[in-house]
Amino acid sequence: MHPAPSLIFFSTLSGLGLGLLAFLGLGLAPTEGLTGLIFFALAFALTGAGLLSSTLHLGHPERALKAFTQWRTSWLSREAWVAVAALAVMGLYALLAMPGLRLAPLGWLGAVLCLGTVGSTAMIYAQLKTVPRWHQPTTPLLFLGYAITAGALLSGRVSWTVVLLIVMAALQMLAWRRGDAALAKSGTTIGTATGLGGRGRVRLFEPPHTGGNYLTREMVFRVGRKHRVTLRTLVLVLAFALPALLLLLPFSHWLAAVAVISHVVGMLAQRWLFFAEAEHVVGLYYGQSAA
Amino acid sequence: MTALPETTERKLGLVIDLDTCVGCHACVTACKGWNTQNYGAPLGDDDAYGAAPSGAFLNRIHSFEVQPDEGAAQTVHFPKSCLHCDDAPCVTVCPTGASYKRVEDGIVLVNETDCIGCGLCAWACPYGAREMDPIEGVMKKCTLCVDRIYNEALPEEDRVPACVRTCPAGARHFGDLADPDSDVSQLVAARGGMDLMPEQETKPVNKYLTPRPRDEIDVLAPFLERVDEGPKGFLGWLDRALERL
Ligand code: SF4
Ligand code: SF4
Repeated sequence: MHPAPSLIFFSTLSGLGLGLLAFLGLGLAPTEGLTGLIFFALAFALTGAGLLSSTLHLGHPERALKAFTQWRTSWLSREAWVAVAALAVMGLYALLAMPGLRLAPLGWLGAVLCLGTVGSTAMIYAQLKTVPRWHQPTTPLLFLGYAITAGALLSGRVSWTVVLLIVMAALQMLAWRRGDAALAKSGTTIGTATGLGGRGRVRLFEPPHTGGNYLTREMVFRVGRKHRVTLRTLVLVLAFALPALLLLLPFSHWLAAVAVISHVVGMLAQRWLFFAEAEHVVGLYYGQSAA
Repeated sequence: MTALPETTERKLGLVIDLDTCVGCHACVTACKGWNTQNYGAPLGDDDAYGAAPSGAFLNRIHSFEVQPDEGAAQTVHFPKSCLHCDDAPCVTVCPTGASYKRVEDGIVLVNETDCIGCGLCAWACPYGAREMDPIEGVMKKCTLCVDRIYNEALPEEDRVPACVRTCPAGARHFGDLADPDSDVSQLVAARGGMDLMPEQETKPVNKYLTPRPRDEIDVLAPFLERVDEGPKGFLGWLDRALERL
């Protein structure tokens, strides 16, 4: 798909913020006094900025409240509910915890809701059978994994973070491998799309129009093979290898800060790839061949 | 509302004959015209008279080439619009309830005053049948001309979708595919109508009829001797005389 900046920022920032909020809820990050305030402020700012940027790509943001109505079938609607519940519970928890009254069960509930929000976001993509690369169990695992890793990193759990970084690097590589084979494995081809596959080799002879349209701009997007390798290497180095290395050195706040920045930049590149590499089956009608 | 009905009383839809379609795009124009002036927001265009026009269409004609293992390649014109799927994934993903499938006739519609323009339904549709309106920011899709087919103000022969009414080749047929005795169901049975992307499990209502094999008309060809053996009489003399020059 066309990697829209609003979606990349939404999923990266809200992932970071919700991961940190979950750690605060579980009491694994400082929640009291001024340190507590700084941590909560950072977590809410990241989450809020993420959620706000997600409304930027709507055609009618003023009707956003209507998105709460269809939670029975729609993951997007569920995401809206869980996100609001997570913010409300964590807000209350933060107000009580900062002066020193930490209600542990409230925090646990908040943590579950925060991770639930990340999971619902991931399910919006994972549910789409039309994008075989996303329609995989690795999609929710990745989103949750990135959020938990970010939570550990931002709350300064050094040894956890290093372990998580290693696990996530492996999971990310697995997701790419499965993703690369997903379209071919899905069984959808230009032959089934046109129903003409039984008669011979089918290719697009003439597109419906000479210009682009909503579908070709949004969904029929191709990342060159060379770029793909470069960007994937960049993700592995920036998101995982470099932060892990920096955290294994004797601890210093400077190194930790560089580790955070490197991880976030790596995550942005990962999200760009996540969207840009998604092959929608409608591309088959527009002459996009399987990679 | 975005829960799909268990069953629908009727399954109104189209049967599209890939054998007959000549790829003239008349249905595309008729559809654009009707849906710019009737149901919902007008079908918008960006830069309509500029250098890079681009707009929302509910029906588009692709052309494919099929190359069999042996013999000549064949061009197939391929009209594509919403298939009004029974298991429409575009409906269930909609967060607002704007997208719905009607119980009475199975038509899939968008309630434009509820749509937030998130675009998720277009992502859920495997066929590229939904396009965001560039001006109104709401999702547009084929309505099966719901404002024609029941419209008693129109003469009876016009109470079919605009594309069906316009098609000069008679390649588009409209009717109730739940009724086994309807013309469209009979046509599907006779010609082996097929689903597009059956593996996506959307259970499309619209069916496609595949092109008939092109070689069949040639079966008797070897028995047809050339009748014309060249001109005789004066013309024959003239022909031979000219050839000698
Ligand atoms: S063709 Fe696409 S838009 Fe139409 S009902 Fe099926 S999935 Fe929905
Ligand atoms: S674009 Fe409109 S109709 Fe489609 S899923 Fe979003 S709210 Fe529903």
